[in-house]
Amino acid sequence: MTSPRVPAIRLGDLTKSFGDVHAVRGIDLRIEQGEIVAFLGPNGAGKTTTIDLLLGLSQPTAGSVEVLGHTPRQAIARGLVSAVMQTGGLLKDLTVRETVEYTASLFADTQPVDAVLAHAGITGLADRRVGKCSGGEQQRLRFAMALLSDPALLLLDEPTTGMDVEGRRAFWAAIRRDAEQGRTVLFATHYLEEADQYADRIVLMRKGRIVADGTGSQIKALAAGRTVRATLDDPDHRALARLDGVDSVEVRGDTVLLHARDTDAVARYLLTQTGARDLEITARGIEEAFLTLTGDADHADTDTPTPEGALA
Amino acid sequence: MSTTTIDPAARRVPPLGGLNTTVLRIELRRMLRNRRTVIFTLVFPAALFFAFGSGPDWDRSVGHGNVAAYVMASMALYGAALTAASGGAMVAMERALGWSRQLRLTPLSPTAYILMKALLALVLGAVAITVVNLAGLVQGKPAMPTHVWLGCAVLTLVCTMVFAALGVFVGYLVPGENAMQVLGPGLALFSFLGNVFIPIDQGSTMWHIASLTPMFGVAEVSRAPLTGDLPWYAVLNAVVWLALFVAGAAWRMSKDTARV
Repeated sequence: MTSPRVPAIRLGDLTKSFGDVHAVRGIDLRIEQGEIVAFLGPNGAGKTTTIDLLLGLSQPTAGSVEVLGHTPRQAIARGLVSAVMQTGGLLKDLTVRETVEYTASLFADTQPVDAVLAHAGITGLADRRVGKCSGGEQQRLRFAMALLSDPALLLLDEPTTGMDVEGRRAFWAAIRRDAEQGRTVLFATHYLEEADQYADRIVLMRKGRIVADGTGSQIKALAAGRTVRATLDDPDHRALARLDGVDSVEVRGDTVLLHARDTDAVARYLLTQTGARDLEITARGIEEAFLTLTGDADHADTDTPTPEGALA
Repeated sequence: MSTTTIDPAARRVPPLGGLNTTVLRIELRRMLRNRRTVIFTLVFPAALFFAFGSGPDWDRSVGHGNVAAYVMASMALYGAALTAASGGAMVAMERALGWSRQLRLTPLSPTAYILMKALLALVLGAVAITVVNLAGLVQGKPAMPTHVWLGCAVLTLVCTMVFAALGVFVGYLVPGENAMQVLGPGLALFSFLGNVFIPIDQGSTMWHIASLTPMFGVAEVSRAPLTGDLPWYAVLNAVVWLALFVAGAAWRMSKDTARV
């Protein structure tokens, strides 16, 4: 990652607002060539907006977007970036070959149409109308179109939605092979497992901000942790929230729930410094933990120590 | 694929914003493959010409030619307007299908895209005009000097741009494949009002209303070489409607782009 090459993506304090809706709230990100990076976050975290900005489909409200040293539009004009859309984006009354020929003719340099058809496994469909192809066949066609210009950066928004397990595995195997040849891949997903399994690096987004950035195991460690539950009269919410390693505090009557990375220390504190009783420590499921990291929980941003920038 | 290391500096930008003949060829083939387009824009106007152009007074003199020539020029305009409008409506349909968004992931510039669609509308308009004129030649009744014949054809082609813009506009207002269901009858109505099918008595109330409709001006303009008469209100009508349709299309398009 210390390559002297120009970074695949460089975002500087990128902001995008739609009226009062702040979809992206100032993100800084640098992705080197050849990395496979997952944009992880729930719906509405700003993943798709960021991808649209990277593709030049919308203009930033503030901040900068640089793709392989170019503006998004310049990068696209040179065939350096491409993306695969989930639905639509195809003309039903063209044949598969016409669609690929049409797209190929728009670029200055492209792979030969026949080679691309063969690579995508759709040579046999070449003369079929796109409207008569199945969903899976259309998806393969979209991939063929995206790879026509041999892009240095491939952007995928929720690429495996609707695929079965087998399809998912085949898809990621193909992406891996591509990346080994130097292609950078950035994909958005809301599945922690998918991000963990297939990405070298996970960028965690929440409410338009990057809340964590690291390898899968780093993110999982961050998301891991346990919950301490205790009965406590007059709990001091603020004091509890200030404890080392506490991610969040929840008070339900005289019951407190503390999510923490170091639950031993929390337990020790509760038992020695407060009148807590009925102590119970439970491990948190990874999905639940992920929701805590990215979710829009009751607590406000300022009130709770978040893992913001913890690994960035 | 034979990817090794990708060198961003080695990549080139295509000339003309990506506009090329392959795309034009495929688009043209696509239009001509659509049976409805072929029937309504190429066969139908020619058939109308045979019906209207063979009336009892077909050889009566009109300007520098005869009635059959007048009907032929009118039908050529009608056919070309229909093709151009359906071509324009395709822009909106392609947006709805996400094809325009797909194209924005290629080097094709938005200007080149609109230019390409305009060129296509012109080419298809020219095909429609040629078909009606060939029908006239084969039938043998229309008579006018060659330069008048050519003048009418060229002016008709220029006038079709009004309907290409109308097609884009309507395509946005009535999304999907329904656009032609509005444009077909709509253009037929405008053609009746615009003196394209049946002459309306000049100076009548009907004529005054008709003179404000969008087909009226372009019809007068495209037949001007034949009639030798180009009233100012016809030119004004054509220019105003062109401006209105272009403005409407541009307005809907900008709205649409903001949402991408």
